[in-house]
Amino acid sequence: MYPFTYERPDSIAAAALRAATGAKVLAGGQTLLASMKLRLANPEVLVDLGGIADLTGICRDGQSIVIGAMTRHVAVAAHAEVLAALPALADLAGNIGDRQVRAMGTLGGSVANNDPAACYPSAVLALGATVVTTKRRIAADDFFTGMFATALEDGELITAISFPIPRRAAYMKFKQPASRFAMVGVFVAQFDAGVRVAVTGAANGVFRHAGLEAALGRSFTPQAAAAVTIDATDLNNDIHASAAYRANLVSVQAQRAVAKALA
Amino acid sequence: MQVQLVVNGTPATLDVPPHTLLVHVLREQLQLTGTHVGCDTAQCGACTVLLDGQAIKSCNVLAAQVSGAAITTIEGLARPDGSLHPMQAAFKECHGLQCGFCTTGMVMSAVDLCHRHPDAGEAEIREQLEGNICRCTGYQNIVRAVVQGRAAMSAA
Repeated sequence: MYPFTYERPDSIAAAALRAATGAKVLAGGQTLLASMKLRLANPEVLVDLGGIADLTGICRDGQSIVIGAMTRHVAVAAHAEVLAALPALADLAGNIGDRQVRAMGTLGGSVANNDPAACYPSAVLALGATVVTTKRRIAADDFFTGMFATALEDGELITAISFPIPRRAAYMKFKQPASRFAMVGVFVAQFDAGVRVAVTGAANGVFRHAGLEAALGRSFTPQAAAAVTIDATDLNNDIHASAAYRANLVSVQAQRAVAKALA
Repeated sequence: MQVQLVVNGTPATLDVPPHTLLVHVLREQLQLTGTHVGCDTAQCGACTVLLDGQAIKSCNVLAAQVSGAAITTIEGLARPDGSLHPMQAAFKECHGLQCGFCTTGMVMSAVDLCHRHPDAGEAEIREQLEGNICRCTGYQNIVRAVVQGRAAMSAA
């Protein structure tokens, strides 16, 4: 890894100021540090959010669960309120990477990085969460803008994410076993207003599937999901899986997710 | 920059460049070479140590990030009289290793696993050991060792 200057501010304002003037933000580091070792990222200044206590924590706010950006996956997976109100999110967090990675990795880091095969973006999108930043509140539907791309501006930091509590929800991941990222992951969430389905790992970024949402809105059953044709046209085709295989996985994981949500 | 750690119970103040990884502080500055660098990409788990009691991969963490924390390495498990930690003893008795390269990470991960999941059965142990890779054993004896080590830790 190339040398850099390291800073560890104790306030969000100070961190945002440094980020606005070119510093790279370090959350848990489980992706960034590996990228720096591979020279895929080469920041001159690293600003570590680990010293900002305000960014960590989980609370219930009415019909939402609000999670601080620096909250570790392990904390989300084990939190009593999350387990009670939004068990699908605890389940997702408890199956990211491996146990050691979950002890360091953070919600904000994962969502800001928006890896096309990461787990958390699917929950943010399927639950219609709100991304709270140092500047504004961004709806999930406006947040993810493409591969490793988000609506975040330079110097804008995620401070928390607010997840509406659905009637029921579940996440199913088919793992790429070496990386433990999703080959295909499907998050389904049923609200009084309708069903939202988000798919990760299958394309160049997380996306909602209108066909599955419409079918599951009419009938929230694995059979209804199975009847939906998944178009493979825009899906990834690589050494791990063909686009057709991924399309099949979207269908199968959607069916399994619905069954899990109903269980 | 200065980094302060408590390693295996002993406080240490270290002067390191900011890009120093925790594993390099342990191995090169503190000479605690039981913690291994395997893949260097946070896949294999050979570098696993406990950070305030929780298993992490020390090749994927900056020393600066964890300044102020307590670190436990494999050297910190045995009692001062040299008698083995129950998990170390179980790995020895069950022959839970062949070349030994992954072993220290396996043992540290297993200790954390059994603290957090004191009732873990074989299936859960296999699942929770996902972050540690062994290229020799086929895992059977490792899982056997963790099952036995877990029982010994509970009884201790």
